Amino acid sequence: MSEVILIPKRTIDIKLEADVITPDSFAGKSADEIGKLSVWQGPKTYPLSDFFEVKGNGGSSAAETLIRIKGDAMRVKRIGEGMSAGKIEIEGSAGMHVGSGMKGGEILVFGDADSWAGMEMTGGLLYIKGNAGDHVGCAYRGKWHGMKGGRIVIEGSARHQLGGGMDGGEILVEGNVEGFCGIRQNGGLIVVKGKALRGVGAEMAAGTIVIGGKIERFSPGFEYISMENGLILGRIELTGKFRKFTGDYAISKRAKGVLYVAADANPEL
Amino acid sequence: MAGTIAIKNGYIFDPLNEIKGEIMDIFVRDGKVVKELSAAELKNSKVIDASGMTVMPGGVDSHSHVAGAKVNAGRMMRPEDHYKANLQKTSLTHSGSGYTVPSVYKQGYDYAAMGYTTVFEAAVPPLEARHTHEEMRATPLLDMGGYLVLGNNFFLMRYLKEGDMEKAAAYVAWMMKTHKTYGIKCVNPAGVENWAWGKNVSSLDETNIHFEITPREVIKGLTEINESLGMPMPVHLHANNLGHPGCYAITKDSLKIPDGVKTRQNMDVEWAETKMDPSRDRSVYLTHLMFNSFAGTTWADCESGVKDITDYINNKDHVVIDSGCTPFGEATVMTGDGPAIHDLYTLTGNKWSNTDVEMECGSGVLPFTYLKSNPVHSLQWAMGLECLLLINDPWKTIMTTDSPNGGPFTKYPEVMTWLMSEAFRKQTFSECHKWANDRTELGGVNRELSLYDLAILTRANPARTIGMVHRKGSLGVGADGDVTVYNINPQQLDPNNYETLLRTFRKAEYTVKEGEIVAIKGEIVSLPEKRTYYSEVHVENEREKEMLADVKEWFRYYTLGFANYPTPEKYLANPTPIRVNGER
Repeated sequence: MSEVILIPKRTIDIKLEADVITPDSFAGKSADEIGKLSVWQGPKTYPLSDFFEVKGNGGSSAAETLIRIKGDAMRVKRIGEGMSAGKIEIEGSAGMHVGSGMKGGEILVFGDADSWAGMEMTGGLLYIKGNAGDHVGCAYRGKWHGMKGGRIVIEGSARHQLGGGMDGGEILVEGNVEGFCGIRQNGGLIVVKGKALRGVGAEMAAGTIVIGGKIERFSPGFEYISMENGLILGRIELTGKFRKFTGDYAISKRAKGVLYVAADANPEL
Repeated sequence: MAGTIAIKNGYIFDPLNEIKGEIMDIFVRDGKVVKELSAAELKNSKVIDASGMTVMPGGVDSHSHVAGAKVNAGRMMRPEDHYKANLQKTSLTHSGSGYTVPSVYKQGYDYAAMGYTTVFEAAVPPLEARHTHEEMRATPLLDMGGYLVLGNNFFLMRYLKEGDMEKAAAYVAWMMKTHKTYGIKCVNPAGVENWAWGKNVSSLDETNIHFEITPREVIKGLTEINESLGMPMPVHLHANNLGHPGCYAITKDSLKIPDGVKTRQNMDVEWAETKMDPSRDRSVYLTHLMFNSFAGTTWADCESGVKDITDYINNKDHVVIDSGCTPFGEATVMTGDGPAIHDLYTLTGNKWSNTDVEMECGSGVLPFTYLKSNPVHSLQWAMGLECLLLINDPWKTIMTTDSPNGGPFTKYPEVMTWLMSEAFRKQTFSECHKWANDRTELGGVNRELSLYDLAILTRANPARTIGMVHRKGSLGVGADGDVTVYNINPQQLDPNNYETLLRTFRKAEYTVKEGEIVAIKGEIVSLPEKRTYYSEVHVENEREKEMLADVKEWFRYYTLGFANYPTPEKYLANPTPIRVNGER
């Protein structure tokens, strides 16, 4: 695998639209050619080399290309957008839309990820070691179909509307989430090991959500089904007692969503 | 010299002049088609070598939704329609975005790239006329005009109920001038008014609330007024009960109402030379026939009712239709038929918007996706093509998608290719749900339209139907120098090779507007001025005075003052009034 290293040259004021930072567009290019790829900043375009020092050449294909960003990219948006193969490692934090629409390959973020990480992704792995912002794996604004496949893992916590409109795939959050996790979910699996604020699974039609901690305000449209002792959901195994609900029946009476909630953390349910 | 060009050695398809693919030269001087250019003029003019290519008059779309409040509502409620479809600014052209409902600049460029030069907005609510004109003014490259929505207008319903046809006609004439609009649109007559009370009408003889007028009376009244005023185009009718299984029956009965209304087109214009009589002989222009042609009783047993209606149209000469084809994929449904959109909302659960336009009309907007896997959507695809292929006389048909209702106008190349290629239809049958074949007649149709037929459906007939042949739809001397050159050699045309047809229709080799090349292979190269047409309809002063006294009295129910009601000419790009009903 060929390694392309991007070293930030300076702090960035207006955020960059850097959807060119993918193994797909780096593949087959020399360091020099990669540096000439253009990124938008506000109303203008600049060569990537204005912002990053580029070392190393791309591989023969996307799958043969590893991109390593040596430093913080919190003000660099759309890293890995639509990538189909290969790998990106970001040694700091990633800006908005990291891995949005990604189809395959792997992105590893050592720091935090800003909002819209993995938006509408269809395949691959997005692994965030820190925290994530709003709209992880979510649908774009106005749309009701989000992530369709692939896997997102967040070692920290995420904010609002995680997995909104999710159709498939898997999101695992080791920490907590805030409001409307799995809103309008149509499929797939969301596992949150920590707590959630409110609106969990609001208007969900299908798919599965597991909340391992306290839900501050439980959605009113769910019906209690049974008590489960331990859960095995694909490759994820969880111990302890979970209350199983189905819903959300607040609007649709035909909803088939499943919501598991840790029994011990939510004694009042 | 601007506006002067010679297009040489192309295969010309000009149905209004009965030219069927002869190799000829076309000359345009100062924006108008002329017999020839002098040697001196030729020296200074641009020349297009069209040898081996197809040359047609510029495309004319007589039914699209491209400007106004509901179109803009469609833009605003659909950010998801924009983020993947965008256009970068160039030194010449503006940026833009949107797939089913593009921003004004983008839609102008997209139409021109396909060879279209004239587009009419098919539904202008009077109160939204200013907004509509502002958007038409901002849409580059296209000559435009709009049809005024009058099928549920308080004043007209009152006059028609009272049988005061003279005042009703005076009102229509005054409204055309006031709002700078071109023709009469009638959407779900008498039904949209009931929608203000959460209801609809379901038969032609059901009276509506308060006004106690029936759809039949509204259709009869408007079609008669249309001819008494000598309007350029027939009433553009969106029949009742649209989009419901079984609606084909009411559609057919609606078409019978104006049978016998004598057409009288009275316009004071300089007509371009055409071999065919350019005047209009249809008393009703039925819009989006497909959406009005469902047979059956529920969505489970519904089937195509198109054959029944086309049999009627084949035997009658007073009807012209546009198809409202659904080429699969993303669409945004937008109509003045508020209750129809509510029904779609209950069916799909999609986001939607609805508006009551005070004393005039209503509207609704809803995003929609036509899927090949869906039985009803597949049925609709086949029905849309049936509308155009089962009517024998192409002069009774116009190709549309009711853009963006059936799909965006950028899908016209698909529709054109399905009409021309049975192989392409077969390919689609194999990809979509079997209802397309099982519940329509399309599978048994082996008719393939010729380039000449296509020129009728996309240029000559839309122009003739709406009374624009004095300038548009032909390459006769005196016509506007609007020309499309497609990179198709008619001698080597193979309808089985549909991929090539699709590619050539998507990007015209050249689009020429008033003698200036505006697009080459889909790239915009110049931005000449555009025009907006409207009907300045004459009625006697006395009649107008009496009518205005009523209007002013009732105007207190409006949320705006009478003085602010009219749309001034400054809202129009190159306002071009067409004098109608004047003494001759």
